[in-house]
Amino acid sequence: MSARTPKTLFEKVWEQHLVVPETADTPAVLYIDLHLTHEVTTPQAFALLRERGAGVRRPERTLATMDHSTPTLTEQVFGGAPITNASAAEQIRIFERNCREFGIELFGLRSAERGIVHIIGPELGLTQPGMTIVCGDSHTSTHGAFGALAFGIGTTEVGHVLATQCLLQRKPATIAINVSRQLRPGVTAKDLILAIIGRIGVSGGTGHAIEYRGPAIRALSMEERMTVCNMSIEAGARAGLIAPDETTFAYLADRPRAPRGADWERALERWRQLPTDDNACFDRSIDVEADLIEPMITYGTNPGMVIPISGRIPEKRNDPVFDKALRYMGFVAGDAILDKSVNVVFVGSCTNSRLSDLRLAARVIDGHKVADGVLMLVVPGSQRIKRAAEAEGLDAVFRAAGAEWRESGCSMCIGMNGDTVPSGAYSVSTSNRNFEGRQGVGARTLLASPATAAAAAIRGRITDPREFLHD
Amino acid sequence: MDAIRVICSRTAILPVTNVDTDQIIPARFLTTTTREGLGRQLFSDWRYHADGSPKPDFLLNRPEAAGCQILVAGRNFGCGSSREHAPWALLDYGFRAVISTEIADIFRNNSLKNGLLPVVVDEPTSAWLIEHPGAEITLDLERTSLILPDGRAVTFPIETFARHCLLNGVDELGFLLSQHERIAAYERGAT
Repeated sequence: MSARTPKTLFEKVWEQHLVVPETADTPAVLYIDLHLTHEVTTPQAFALLRERGAGVRRPERTLATMDHSTPTLTEQVFGGAPITNASAAEQIRIFERNCREFGIELFGLRSAERGIVHIIGPELGLTQPGMTIVCGDSHTSTHGAFGALAFGIGTTEVGHVLATQCLLQRKPATIAINVSRQLRPGVTAKDLILAIIGRIGVSGGTGHAIEYRGPAIRALSMEERMTVCNMSIEAGARAGLIAPDETTFAYLADRPRAPRGADWERALERWRQLPTDDNACFDRSIDVEADLIEPMITYGTNPGMVIPISGRIPEKRNDPVFDKALRYMGFVAGDAILDKSVNVVFVGSCTNSRLSDLRLAARVIDGHKVADGVLMLVVPGSQRIKRAAEAEGLDAVFRAAGAEWRESGCSMCIGMNGDTVPSGAYSVSTSNRNFEGRQGVGARTLLASPATAAAAAIRGRITDPREFLHD
Repeated sequence: MDAIRVICSRTAILPVTNVDTDQIIPARFLTTTTREGLGRQLFSDWRYHADGSPKPDFLLNRPEAAGCQILVAGRNFGCGSSREHAPWALLDYGFRAVISTEIADIFRNNSLKNGLLPVVVDEPTSAWLIEHPGAEITLDLERTSLILPDGRAVTFPIETFARHCLLNGVDELGFLLSQHERIAAYERGAT
């Protein structure tokens, strides 16, 4: 056999899904293995199908759930109280009707399998190495943690996938982010990705697919890898990938929708071929030393405005946009971020609502109380996670501390479901976006890990979580 | 989708970097199930006070912005969420093109699919435009050039197939549907 050109993980997945290669005149036709959908970015796509008289080509390759505009109060989900937002309730009804009409499997509002779209794909074992996965949601990059090529698309493209199971795509460039050494105790995957975004900036990955590599990445659990890949879009990259390994396979084994028996063996054989070959070339390469990273927290209005928790809010001369961000946040350049007061703490979102995130927050808060005047909301990523957390008593830990324990959903990450942060209030949030108004009009968001969020809830002030993480 | 050939308009200037799609159209308006009517909510939180009254200093509330079809913004316009509601809102308001030194990937894709022209220019051109609000400029899609009031032309990049679709007012779905045989062949091989 002749020597083959070494390829990256991304290139292998890309090439395996080319229905028609790209030319100077036309983009590639890329086949999509798994299409995840939710209620907010699909109604106009189904309308497009109706306008064109098109059907859904492969309904079994699309899965539907509800998460963005769904309430998290138990009585609103399971009955007893109406959904307060009438247009959200209408959107949910329309989604149910669309899924029924086009034969798409839906985990409806009261389904025991429902959850945030990027949580349930992996937990069911639907998300698998080497797949192409898309969803009308920018955090689709989450699934890249399995060595899948996964990216967010708009509603028109949702229609394209429904009608043809394909997308027209130009091949992105690649970035290797090599993370050497190991994260120190009390420093999480969230801190790592925030540090990376701080380093390369919120548009540092535009036009690129990132592959996260190196010993610190290999040492992460699947849930931690999902947190890292989830925020790739916050650096501007549509996709973030991590090569599959034994950690990946152990996570997937025996998941409800993962292959079984001989199929599993064949899949393993295929998956083991996926990692980037030695000497494969990336368009860019960035080196990060994991042991230099501290718990990180944002101070501004995009995820790239981030500092170590012991740091000071930086100063930038002649930058009116930067000044405007600090005014919005009510912060002054040069101030320490530690001890800033906090009104709301949110543990949840597709970034940090998995069982390990809830365990970490519970470990910090166990035996403590949420500070007076602080609202703490804990929202598991899926109904499965909720049940698993309850089985090990995490809900009791949160409730005893004075936190609210809710049904799954996007909740306060996006604030379109009744869960919002009041105007002017400071929220330490484990979500992914600190944009102006993201958690509610006038809300001031500080992004951090579940440990940092829980520590802030106890003190009512920004606190180094390592104070609460002694063995 | 209407065909785009030439857009001639005065510019409206939003000299803000990293304008995210939550600013363009806040999430609370995404419970809509149609594409229409989002122009009223464009830049809602920058444009209106909590009581719904306009903030007089904001670009869209100033008389000189009325009728402008070209928005010039700072670097990395449209970052954040994949919501196609962002280009829908800009188009519904009356914008037909957005100019920046960098435009976020998903927003750019969504814009192209709806006939909102995303134009990426170099720093000097962007700086000139920002310093000359209301300049009457021309975007010529056929020649892929931006023509300044003094006649200087600056070429802008645009993906060939997207340009073809915009010039002819056709969408990509027709092309994808025409690939049916090859998609079927791929499926036979892959599954």
